[in-house]
This record gives sequence, structure tokens and C-alpha cells, in this order.
Amino acid sequence: MTAAIRQRVRPRTAVDRFLTFLRFALTALVVFGLFAFLVQQFVGPDNPLTRFLNEDANRLDWDAFRGLLVSGLSQGSMYGLIALGYSMVYGVLGFINFAHGEVFMVGAMTGLITSNKLFEAGVWDDAFPVAILIAVLVSTICATLTAVLMERIAYRPLRGAPRLIPLITSIGVSFFIQNTSALLLGPGAKRYPLLPQWLRDDRGPTWLRIGGQKILVIVVAAAAMAALWYLVERTKTGKAMRAVAEDKEIASLMGIDVDRTIVTTFAIGGAMAGIAGILWGILFGSVTEFTGFLPGIKAFSAAVVGGIGNLGGAMAGGLTLGGSESLAPQLILEPLGVTGHTQLKDAVAFLVLIYVLLVRPTGLFGERLSAEDRA
Amino acid sequence: MKLSRKLMMLLAVLLSFSLIAAACGDDEETVTDNTDDTDTDTDTDTDTDTDTDTDTDTDTDTDTDTDTDTDTDTGSLGDGSLGTITVAPGEEVQIRSLNAITGEVAFLGIPNQVGIELAVSHYGDIHGFAVTSGAGLDDLCSAEGGVAAAQQIVADEQVAGVIGTSCSGAAAAAAPLISDAGLAMISGSNTSPSLTSDLQGNANENYRAGYYRTAHNDLFQGAAMADFVYNDLGLTTAAAIHDGDPYTQGLAQAFMDAFTALGGENAGFTSVAKGDTDMVPVLTEIAGASPQALFFPIFPPEGNFIAAQAGGVSGLEDTQLLAADGLLVDNFMEDPASEGIYMSGPDVRFGTNVNESTGQTAADVLAEYETVQGEPPSAAFWGHSYDAAAMLLDAIAAASQVDADGNLVIDRAGIREFLNGISGYSGLIGTINCDAFGDCGSQKITIVDHTDSGDIEAGKANVVFEYAPA
Repeated sequence: MTAAIRQRVRPRTAVDRFLTFLRFALTALVVFGLFAFLVQQFVGPDNPLTRFLNEDANRLDWDAFRGLLVSGLSQGSMYGLIALGYSMVYGVLGFINFAHGEVFMVGAMTGLITSNKLFEAGVWDDAFPVAILIAVLVSTICATLTAVLMERIAYRPLRGAPRLIPLITSIGVSFFIQNTSALLLGPGAKRYPLLPQWLRDDRGPTWLRIGGQKILVIVVAAAAMAALWYLVERTKTGKAMRAVAEDKEIASLMGIDVDRTIVTTFAIGGAMAGIAGILWGILFGSVTEFTGFLPGIKAFSAAVVGGIGNLGGAMAGGLTLGGSESLAPQLILEPLGVTGHTQLKDAVAFLVLIYVLLVRPTGLFGERLSAEDRA
Repeated sequence: MKLSRKLMMLLAVLLSFSLIAAACGDDEETVTDNTDDTDTDTDTDTDTDTDTDTDTDTDTDTDTDTDTDTDTDTGSLGDGSLGTITVAPGEEVQIRSLNAITGEVAFLGIPNQVGIELAVSHYGDIHGFAVTSGAGLDDLCSAEGGVAAAQQIVADEQVAGVIGTSCSGAAAAAAPLISDAGLAMISGSNTSPSLTSDLQGNANENYRAGYYRTAHNDLFQGAAMADFVYNDLGLTTAAAIHDGDPYTQGLAQAFMDAFTALGGENAGFTSVAKGDTDMVPVLTEIAGASPQALFFPIFPPEGNFIAAQAGGVSGLEDTQLLAADGLLVDNFMEDPASEGIYMSGPDVRFGTNVNESTGQTAADVLAEYETVQGEPPSAAFWGHSYDAAAMLLDAIAAASQVDADGNLVIDRAGIREFLNGISGYSGLIGTINCDAFGDCGSQKITIVDHTDSGDIEAGKANVVFEYAPA
């Protein structure tokens, strides 16, 4: 509320007017695009409006829509898992760990090495569930270790420094990990072994057939999320984390080991990124040393969209972002006749971020931060 | 505090606009942008260089006119209009190799560079002067890399010619500089139609005098694929996907033009962004028109993602996938998702073809390549680059003579004159004839059926269609 009052007192500047204009323009674009889409779907693509906007418009059938939705949601659940790490570290330390995307990449890379070794040993084909369990464990452990080391070496010495300093450090850490990976494993794309056929088969009733690996990704992500929720809300460790997030000094006065709690936070965030890494491998079957960059940025956006510092919000933000970047080009941009609309996927994702920030600056589920926590 | 957040927001907005602008710009204007940029670059450069009065238009005219008298043995070729290079006794004749030797596309450039080095060592001396290709320069497979390397080359007045680039995008940027400096450049692996002509006698936008290539023109590769799809496979609707690069865009367009000219139906022409992983949206867009064939002449890893994800998109289950030489590489062919894809590429069945300048057979050069490098070539154009280098050295030999002081005097115009007149030259890749716009390749295309990702060599040898221009 205070923000709203202050806004009324302060005279409106050109920037304010521009942002208001943008808010309306984006809303109008979305509403009009959806309207054009509905007209195209229910009146048929041969009506004057649709033809005027886009000569080549086709009706989108249910199968195609479902394909886009499922691919968006499975990608989104990975964004969500990575976003948890951004959100938790921000909640506890109040800075953005830009190197978190690289933790995800380390997870995908170690998953790649493990699964290729298991494939050579024959375990991958003969006992896939065992193999994937081992791969998930190894990549989770490696990603966790990376995150913890990162905290110990790069961020702990900077505790108490102005917030910008660890932020810049994290960008350096990110480059360091990328290049280390290129040095150790060689540059370029590397492939995961082929998944067994039973996993790649489409499953479900005819109207809802989904690729097996996408189901696996969504289910694993949901399970990891549930486990994390339990940890944070129902255990002592979780309570300590929440206390440190609330106020570090008072938490330490209450006998909570702040350093340890921060390490735990990094470790849990790293584990989530590790799981996301192996899911990425299962879904796309290929990683490079730059794999962490774009998903990292998207996951950060997802954390902000969901309300940074809020765990449920991070997951919701990931799903929102993944779903909209997959669906919006077909649902909003194609009926409007935008050429090359599928290439605007990334732009859509960041527009969602801007839109949410304009309309609801705290994010979908964000809480108002206490004044001293604001950057 | 308030203001800073607004500023951040504004910044974010600007950033995303620039992203959108970049995405839109890629679509239509890459090629023309390139030429515009480099044109202005050249202007500034020629000012600083010594030979300022090189006019590209008149060059082509005089060059094509003097085609006939290339085999006069008395004296050397050239009228001195582009200046001369003087090599003092004991010094070496300088040529340059300009290829993509680092980064993602090194698999393409390194075989080219090795081919050039082998040709130089086999060729021996020119009128008693040793030849060197120097340390290989890197075109980085980008316009920026091409310009940077070209500037380095034209700054050295001893350089008599260039073999390269590897990538068409780099060539489009480097050719204006090298052409204006009066040099000749022969590429062993540029295939974009924009670099030479439309094959109907009209120069394309990136053609520059002094540019030659022994690689095929993608108009032929596109026509070969279209012919195969329409006539042999009997498919009548096809879609194409490129990634915005001049090579992929040119080839996808050449295919689609040839396919519609045969009577086929264009069921979609779109592009992916480099670095994309989730191809479901773009494939869904294509699937709307249910094409029978999908041609995606791009590179790994985007090509792998398309091959792996196409089967799961509703409407593409039965679509025949087709790829080109950018994916005719180990990284893609080892991927089980690549099985069942038809791939076009240059005909590399060189067999016992002999290069007439060095007397080496293709089999011997290949064997020596494997001894030197310890592995077979990772891309197809080593032989094209070998021939390109041998042709350039022949041209230097024909355009130079030893003067009274024992210096070797090379006439730049003579080098171009010799190359323009090349006809019936026997190379590793077959018979080489240069047309008026620098297309010298044998233009033979093969299409292979890749059925087993466990045996790449069998896949490369499983030729199902051969194409040679009429």
C-alpha cells in the first residue's frame, strides 16, 4: 500500500507514462491475439478477419495444441526446478547467483558421463530404472558439490559486502565453470545414449497421448518439488532456513548456525538443478558447455515471475514461462500474422517477465519484502 | 530506490526489444546487411592501400575478354593492371590459407587447411622459388572473422593469393576486401549461390571479381535434392527449415525453388534460431500443412534436435526427413535419430582421379592425409581445397617470371587471367571448368541413404542418387 500512496504523491514522469502505455499495449496485444485465435478456431480460418491478419492461417488441431502444451510444461518444470535455486539463495542471502545455470549444466554433464558409462556397461539398456537412478544420484551429488564449493570459495568471503559484489562475482564464476567444462570435456555438443523404446513410446488414452520421457520429466519434477516443500515447511532444517531468510542476526541469536544454513540452502538448490540437468538430458539428449546459459536466464525470469523468494512461486513461474513460450507464438502471434513467430519463443518468455513486472511487480505469488531487503 | 527499479524495468524492456529486433532482422536482411557493411569497410581500406584504382566492373570485362590466350608460352600472363609482387631471391612466394580452424565448425576447416598444406608441399617450387601458405588464418565461420582475416591478408603486399574461406558467410564479408586488393581467392567449401551467379549469366549480390571456388554451387545441390524427392521418392509436398546462415538459407531456398519448379508444393519455409533446443513449436508450425518431406540443411546440434523431435509431433509422423552436407558429419550420423534420413552432399568418390599439377592421385593424398592427421578427414572438402591450392600455384607460375636481378615478379592480373581461363583441368575432384563468375566445381552431387548410426562409413557410401548438371 505504501508504494501506491507514494506513487500518488510523486508527480508522474515520462517513464511512468511510457510504462503505463506499455502495460496497456501488451494487454491489448494479448487480448486481441487471443480473440483472433478464437475466431480462427471457432469460425474457421476462412473468415475475413483471419484472412486479413494472416493469409496462411490454419486451424490448430487438438493434437498439435497438446504437443505444444506438453513440451512447454516439461520444459517449464525444468525451469521451475532451476528457479528454486535462484529463489532460495535470494531468499536467504538477497543476491542473485547468476552461476546457478552452470550448476544445472554440471548436472547435465555428469549425467551424460554417467549414462554413457552405464550404456557401455550394458546397464542402460538392460535395467534402465537402475541406470537412471544411478545417473540421477551422481549428477545430483556433483551439482550439489559444485554449488557448495561455489558458496565456500566465491561467496562466503564476500558475505557482508554490498549486494552488487557477489552478483558480479557470480557472473565470473559462471564463465569459469563454462570454460572449465570446455577444457575438461572438450567443446561442442555431446550426446546422451538413446532412451529405451518403452520409455519413448507415447502413452495415455488416444486423446491424450504423451511421449513417455515427457511424462517422466513432469513426474520427477513434481516429486522433487514435493520433497522440497516438505523439507522447507515441515523439518527443523527448513525452519532454520526460513528463520535465516527472515533475519540473519536474530536467527543467529536464537542459536541457528547461519553459515551452515546457507550452505544447506546452496546444497538443496544445487540438488534441484542437478535433477533438472539429468531431466534435460532425458528430454533433449544433448548438452554443450553453454547449455546452462539460456535455461539459467529463463529460470531466473521464472523465479521473478513467480515472486522471488517464494518456492511455490518459482515452480508456478517456471510452468507459466515454459507454457507461454511454447504456446504463445501459435496462439497469439500466428493469428496476428507475425512472420517467423516460432523464432520469437525467447522474446515471448522475456515479454512475460516484463508484463508480470509491470502489472504485479512482486511477481505472481510474491510477498512484499521488508524495506531493508529491497535492492 | 523507486527510480532504480523503474530504470531496471526500462532496461529490461529495451533489452527485449533488441532481442525481437535481432530475431526479426535475421530473417530477411542478413545477406544484404553483410554486403552493405563490408562495402563501406572496403572503401576505407582501399584508401589506405597502394592500389586505389581497382574497379571491379572493368576487371570482369577485361578478364573474360582475354580468356582465349592463356596458353601462350612466351612470357608470363597479365597486363600489370593490378600491380605486381616482387619476391627477392631466397624469399618465399606467399599464399594464405583462410579456414574455420577453431570453434564449432573446425571439423569443416581443418581438412581444408590440411589439403592446402599437402598441395603446397607436393607442388614444389615456382621458377625456383619455394612456396609457403604461412600459418593458417581463421575465418571463425563468421562475417567478422572473415573481415578481420582479410584485412590482415591485404595488409601484407607479398601475398599472391588466398585459399578459403570455409564458410560462405565469411566469404561474403572477406571477398570485397580481397577482390579490391587485386588478389584472387579460391574456396574449397563455400557453396552459397550468393557468392557467384544464378547460373543464368547474372552475378549474384556477393560476387566479386577474383573470387573462385572448387566446391559446388548449392543451386545444384538444391536441384539434386528436389529432383530426388519429386521424381525418385514421388513426394509432392515439401517444407524446408534453415537457421538464418547464408549457407543454410541459400540451400533451403534453392531446394524449394527447384521443387516448386518441378511441380511440387511448398508446404512451409521457416527457420530455427541457432542454440534452440525445443523444436516442437517450429515443427508444429510446419506440421500444420502436413508435408510429405522436410528438408533441413542445417548443422548439429540443432539438426539432431529436429531429427529427434520430428517423430513426436502430430502431423509429421510419416514425413520423410532430408538433410544436406552440413549434417553429413560424424556428430550427426552417430545419432540414432539420424537413421532413415536421406542426405545430399558433394560426390566424394574421387577414386583414382589425378591432380595434373602435382601428379598425385586422390587415393594417395587421402592416405597421406590420414598419416599426417592420424584420422580420416572430418568433412568432405579436403580434395576441393587441394585442387584449389594447386590451381592457384599454377596460376602464380603462369603469371610470374624471373627478372634480370633474379627477383620473381608476379603479376596479379595474370593470376586472375589464368584462373578465368581454366578449362578441362584435371583435379582430385574430377574435371574442373571455371565459368565467368568463379564457379569451377565439378558440381557432382550424391544423395546417400543413412540407415545405421553404428556404421557411418557405410552410410556415407550408400549412394542412392547421383546428380551431374546437364
